[in-house]
Parts: sequence; C-alpha cells; structure tokens
Amino acid sequence: MTVSWKNGRAFDTLAPWIVPVVLVLVWEAAAESGLLSARLLPAPSAIAVAGWEALVSGVLLHHVWISFQRAMIGLAIGGGIGFALGVVTGAFPVAEKLIDSPVQMLRNVPHLAMIPLVILWFGIDEQAKIFLVAVGVMFPIYLNTFHGIRTVDSGLIEMARLYGLSPWHLFVRVVMPGALPSILVGLRYALGIMWLTLIVAETISASAGIGYMTMNAREFLQTDVVLLGIIIYALLGKGADVLTRVLERCCLSWHPAYQTDRKASL
Amino acid sequence: MSLYSLTRTLGRSEAPPVAKVARTTPGLAAHLAGISKTFGGRAVLDRLDLAIRPSQFVAVIGRSGCGKSTLLRLLTGLDTPTGGHLNLDGQPLAGLAPTVRMLFQDARLLPWQRVVDNVGIARGPDWRERALKALDDVGLSDRANDWPAVLSGGQRQRVALARALVSRPKLLLLDEPFGALDALTRIEMQNLLADLWHRERFTVVLITHDVVEAAMLADRVLVLRDGQIRMDAPVNAPRPRESDDPEVLRLEKALLKAV
Repeated sequence: MTVSWKNGRAFDTLAPWIVPVVLVLVWEAAAESGLLSARLLPAPSAIAVAGWEALVSGVLLHHVWISFQRAMIGLAIGGGIGFALGVVTGAFPVAEKLIDSPVQMLRNVPHLAMIPLVILWFGIDEQAKIFLVAVGVMFPIYLNTFHGIRTVDSGLIEMARLYGLSPWHLFVRVVMPGALPSILVGLRYALGIMWLTLIVAETISASAGIGYMTMNAREFLQTDVVLLGIIIYALLGKGADVLTRVLERCCLSWHPAYQTDRKASL
Repeated sequence: MSLYSLTRTLGRSEAPPVAKVARTTPGLAAHLAGISKTFGGRAVLDRLDLAIRPSQFVAVIGRSGCGKSTLLRLLTGLDTPTGGHLNLDGQPLAGLAPTVRMLFQDARLLPWQRVVDNVGIARGPDWRERALKALDDVGLSDRANDWPAVLSGGQRQRVALARALVSRPKLLLLDEPFGALDALTRIEMQNLLADLWHRERFTVVLITHDVVEAAMLADRVLVLRDGQIRMDAPVNAPRPRESDDPEVLRLEKALLKAV
C-alpha cells in the first residue's frame, strides 16, 4: 500500500474510485444492518444478484437490445435531418434566411411536452418513441453543424478556391473537416438527449425495453430491478460518451488538443 | 560580416538541380491599363497603369491601406476591377488562373491534412510525387507526413511556398509572406525564394512593408500611395546581393523617402 501511495501515477488512477467505493460499502453496510429498508433501497449486492439473474435468463439483453434499437433509429433519423439542415443553412445564406428562424422557434419547444400530442398521432407504438428521440437529437446536431460550417476559417476557403478546388472538393476537404469538431460536440449533446428522451418515452408506454422493465418491476415492488434499470441507463449513457471520445480521437487526430503521439518539435 | 551575408550561406538550399522541363515561357507578362477599384465609393486603386515583363521580380511597397493587397487580389482573379483592363500574357484575366499562385502572410495550411497532402492540395496526376519533390526543394522532405500543427512558423511558410510552386506557376504573388517571421527565419526564407526564382524564372509580385527586403530581392520596386504608383525604380545591384552594396543602400534611402 505504501508503495502505491508513493507512486504518483498509481494514486492518480485509483483516486477517482476511492469515493464511489466507500459510498457503495457504506450503502451495503447500511442495508445489511437494516438501517435501510430493502423495499426502498436494496443493498448493492442484491442489485448485483438481480442483474446477474436477468442477464442469465436473457431478459436483460432483450430489453437493452430493444431500447438500443429505438435509440439508434431515432438518432439516425433525427441526426440525419439535423445534419442535412445544418449543411444547407451553413452553406447557403438563402437557406439560412428561410429555415434558420423557424427551426430556432421549434427548438424552444421542449420536445417532451409533445408526448400527449405524439400519443394522439402515433399511439403508443414504436413510432412514437422513435419520433420523440428523433426530434430531441435533431436540434443539437443542426445547431452545431450550422455553427461549425459558419466558423470555418474564411482564409482557408479563399486559399482553396485560389488553388482551384471544385465546390465539391472544397466542401469535402475544407468545410467538412473544419466543421467536424463542432459537429462532434453536437453529437455528444444529442446522445445525452437521446437516452433521456428514451427513458421518459419508455416509462410512459411500452411493452419492451429498459423503461418497460423498470416500470413493470415497480408494479411488483422489485426495487432491485428498478435500480438495475437506472444503472443500465447510466452505463449506456457512459458508453455513448466513451464512443464519441474515441470518435473524436480518430477523426481529430490532426487537432493539437488531441495529439498525444507526438509533442511539438520545432 | 553582416547578418545577411552570414545567413545567405546558411539559408541556401542544397537541393539537386531540377530536370529542365520544356516550357514556352517560364514567366508570365502582366499588363494593367487604367485599373481602378472602389469599395463603397472610396477609390483604393485609381487608374493604375503597370506593365510587368515575364520573369521580372517586382516588389511593391507602401503604407497600410495604400491598395497593395487589392492589387494582388485583382491579379489572382479573386476580385474584379471596377474599371480598366487586366491582361496576363495578352489574355484578359477571367476568373482564377491555374498559372497564378499566391502566398499569404499566414501559411493557410489545412490543419487536418498532412504536410504532403497540403502541398498537393490541387491534386492532379502524380500529385504526391510532385508534392514530395516540391517539399524537397524547400528542404522539408523529412516532414512530409507531419501535421501542420507541429511545424514552426517558418516551416509552415516553407510548406506554403512548396504548395505554391508545386504546379510550376508562371506568376507568383506574395502578400507580405515573411512579415510574421523572426529576423533570422525571414532572411532564410528570402534566400530560399531568391534561389527558387533564379532557378524557375517565374514572374514575382512581392508585397512588403520592408524596404530592405524589396531592395535585396527585386529587379524593380514600386511605391504605391493613394492608389497610384508614386515611384518605379529599377534595382541595378548585381546578384547575389550584399546588404552593404552601395546601390542597395541608396535605393533603401530613396524608398523610405518616397513611402
């Protein structure tokens, strides 16, 4: 122990885990001693057991897969529309005049407020959830695509025109890479909204998915399964975040902020 | 020994001589007749007449806002004059010409492309080989696969020079290209430019604030003021020039007075 404390790097990797581990231990002790009612907050070990059972029976994977599919289809539709609108408004001032202010107005409507309307339109089917996710992710992707394209260094565009790049090559080799850091920020926001929307939509009405699993467990007072669902959502959110970080590292390896392989050598 | 003559030898590129390529003329002639350019009612260039011979090295000096950069932008075809005629090799300039290349004050490299991809930005057949060769000419062949972000300011400007020269332009336009560099790097870049120009014989229009730079590099120096040419002086000093050449010193003094 004293060795790792002296070793600064080992401490740096362990330090962020100390507080969570202590908290979980205290929680476990409180639950075991009966201080916490198992109905309100079961012990971490009980949640782990519930998770293991759900995993072995295949129920967990089934629900996660359903939720994951909804999330991805919604992201593809909403993100695709947001990206396309952002590109058009970023590239053509006429399109900005026509499209930007209506989109900005719609953006201010909280998309979860549309749930009653969405249920009227689509019932409680898959389409309703996918629609809500799509609407939620569309705006951050639109805004950041638009902003990214608008803030590409005009000097680079002038240079590229002077060197004879066609409009298509100008777009693919200059404008898009320049806008990419901003678009990826938009994607990260969108992923957060995506899970949030899905949680709400699945808890209201569903026959499968993590939200359905937790709501069903609530009916039978299976608090451990409810907590398991919450933890799964957290893990999915974290996973999405890690994925975008990896994406940033791959796509933005030219960016000084992401260069780890090589220090500036002058 | 002056700083200049010391670094002349340092900065000279040791690249092997290029294979001679059959070309009609290495440089391009430019004729400007009565060129005017107004922005919002203000005349930046006012009925300017100028004839540049093929392969001539012309330096243009003047205070900020005298119309130097506007003149250069007209020559690129990025802007069109509000009045007058502009001919390159006898042809009226219409839009961007592939034989005209420009070097900006900032290198304007695409940060998301490797050095060699930046040099070959115009692509075309065998672009990679030609880009590597151009990099070799500016002494940076070992940095071909680096990101621009890890280069120094001088190295970035050399990459930009390689990018301008890779397509063998007939007219090279330089907009204060060395203004942002430190003194030693600047002299190195000036020597490199002089060597490449001596070898390739393209026509050069160099915009600068620096009378010493103008007198050391150019065949001919123009002083621009209020949108017109106020002084048009040939530089008769023999090359390679020394910074204490009496002709160079005399010209520097005259230029400072005229600016």
